[in-house]
Amino acid sequence: MSLATTNYLTPTGREEAWRFTPLKRLQGLHDGAAIDGQRTSLVSKAALPSGVNFVRESLQPLASSDDVIIERVRGLTDDVSHLSIAANCELTEPIFLGRVLGALETAEFSRVRISLGAHAVATVVLENTGDTVLAEDLEISLAPGSSLKFVTIQEFESKSVYTARHHAVVDKDAQFKSITITVGGDVVRILPTVEFTAPGGSAELLGVYFATSGQFFEHRMHVDHAVPHAKSRVNYKGALVGRDTHTVWIGDVLIRAVAEGTDTYELNRNLLLSDGSRADSVPNLEIETGEIVGAGHASTTGRFDDEQLFYLMSRGISMENARRLVVRGFFNEIITEIGIERIQERLMDRIDGELEKAGV
Amino acid sequence: MSRLEIRNLQVSVNTDAGAVDILKGVDLTINSGETHAIMGPNGSGKSTLAYSIAGHPKYTIVGGSVTLDGADVLEMTVDERAKAGLFLAMQYPVEVPGVSVSNFLRTAATALRGEAPKLRTWVGEVKEAMEALNMDPAFASRNVNEGFSGGEKKRHEIMQLELLKPKIAILDETDSGLDVDALRIVSEGVNRAKENNNLGVLLITHYTRILKYIKPDFVHVFANGHIVEEGGPDLADKLEANGYADYVSK
Ligand SMILES: Nc1ncnc2c1ncn2[C@@H]1O[C@H](COP(=O)(O)OP(=O)(O)OP(=O)(O)O)[C@@H](O)[C@H]1O
Ligand SMILES: [Mg+2]
Repeated sequence: MSLATTNYLTPTGREEAWRFTPLKRLQGLHDGAAIDGQRTSLVSKAALPSGVNFVRESLQPLASSDDVIIERVRGLTDDVSHLSIAANCELTEPIFLGRVLGALETAEFSRVRISLGAHAVATVVLENTGDTVLAEDLEISLAPGSSLKFVTIQEFESKSVYTARHHAVVDKDAQFKSITITVGGDVVRILPTVEFTAPGGSAELLGVYFATSGQFFEHRMHVDHAVPHAKSRVNYKGALVGRDTHTVWIGDVLIRAVAEGTDTYELNRNLLLSDGSRADSVPNLEIETGEIVGAGHASTTGRFDDEQLFYLMSRGISMENARRLVVRGFFNEIITEIGIERIQERLMDRIDGELEKAGV
Repeated sequence: MSRLEIRNLQVSVNTDAGAVDILKGVDLTINSGETHAIMGPNGSGKSTLAYSIAGHPKYTIVGGSVTLDGADVLEMTVDERAKAGLFLAMQYPVEVPGVSVSNFLRTAATALRGEAPKLRTWVGEVKEAMEALNMDPAFASRNVNEGFSGGEKKRHEIMQLELLKPKIAILDETDSGLDVDALRIVSEGVNRAKENNNLGVLLITHYTRILKYIKPDFVHVFANGHIVEEGGPDLADKLEANGYADYVSK
């Protein structure tokens, strides 16, 4: 079954939102050529504690989207995989979600909702693996006073395509922290977006991407300060190696006229480990009121620091191990925020392995 | 017994405007157990000498030789020099974000000893080395030199000296930035390394103060890219009284 292509504007690559993305490698997710495989891949990997439910149900979107692929997903299905955590439920252990039923021949159009009731506290880990062509509309609803740590790990196989919006709606005094790790897949394009609907909320968007041998990874933040007294922090770190490897980081932060007392800072750092890779980094802060606590951004893209390598090597550490230490150290700040030893080690080992493979 | 021999060493630094000659023929021999102090005006090339021996990529060797027990040091990579037994305590130790002191030390010890130190004894070894230099054990979990005060960085360098047990150590202004107590503590660390490992020391300094603790066998005056005078400990006192005017005008 092919999709109706007429209702949506197919991106041409000239649009601001699509100017970096290799549309030809999206397997038709953007232009309607992809065939809907009618799959639902998201599963809970273990029994759920009381107060937590994971069901499929029909839900209206939480927030509008101007992303063409998200609109296509919404046009195709109102079947939503919904993980809900009841009000006042404080989970001590993370909830693990994962993927089954992947395929490269057809596409999956997925809608996901994660909702926390008032004052609920949870960590949700979404491990994205396997062969897949997946477009996903993932929405997160944080009721007043709730707190979510949301870890997504993109460890897809090498031919996979994942385009998604991870959109959080943060209510009064709620705390949202996302850690987005992207290491696997051919094309991964994630829009980590946040809107505050009442004062007192905070959002911390952290990320790591490590792209090798021609991978394309794009992370396009949008933080909408539409209410007063909310706080946001963005910190993404990327490393690239190999020919035609390309990463894109866009940090759009909007402080609207009503958003007095906003406190925001965004940071992106890229490490180019070889020739032939390209890291685009575009912070973009729009400020419509001067009555704020702080607003800033920084973006750096560089190579190995000779002084660091020299220092380590002067203590007998080989060039190879010195580079490994520096790269691990670079990512360490964010990886440790995951707080789950097993996953942290797996990721660091994977990064070591990729470095070795790339001959860095 | 080890011997570091520097013969007619000429070094230039690569700058945007081309190569600039800094070292203009340095001759110096350091044997195990000996302490050589080098004193000289700012910009005379002392750190250049130290970095060149350690193999910093910024410098180009234009001529001369450096050997350690006959082996050609200049042919070695930076890590090979450390494995051969050379150590440089840097004037400005480098911050390495995200790499903990304990991970760094263990990786270095593994490289130098050829096998990973046994975890049980290693933890004690590090703790002891830190305590000996009056360093809070909390430093082990901090990132290498990140946010360390100037004096803390210098203690960290000498802690590594004690832990890694080189044959010949170059100390580039290790005394700068140390308070009076730290100066004594750090000097004691160097003296322990001399005693325990028969360490040979090349000590670069601007002040005679540290020479009260670490007694030099030889004092060399360094000016304009080479050694211009050599003498015993009393030469240091003469320099402190008269400055370098006699030498820089030469
Ligand atoms: N990148 C460079 N471009 C130009 N000159 C340089 C560069 N690097 C070093 N130099 C010069 O080399 C000379 C020697 O520097 P060096 O650091 O060895 O001096 P030093 O004797 O250790 O001085 P100090 O006592 O201040 O530590 C200085 O004049 C310095 O300006
Ligand atoms: Mg110097």
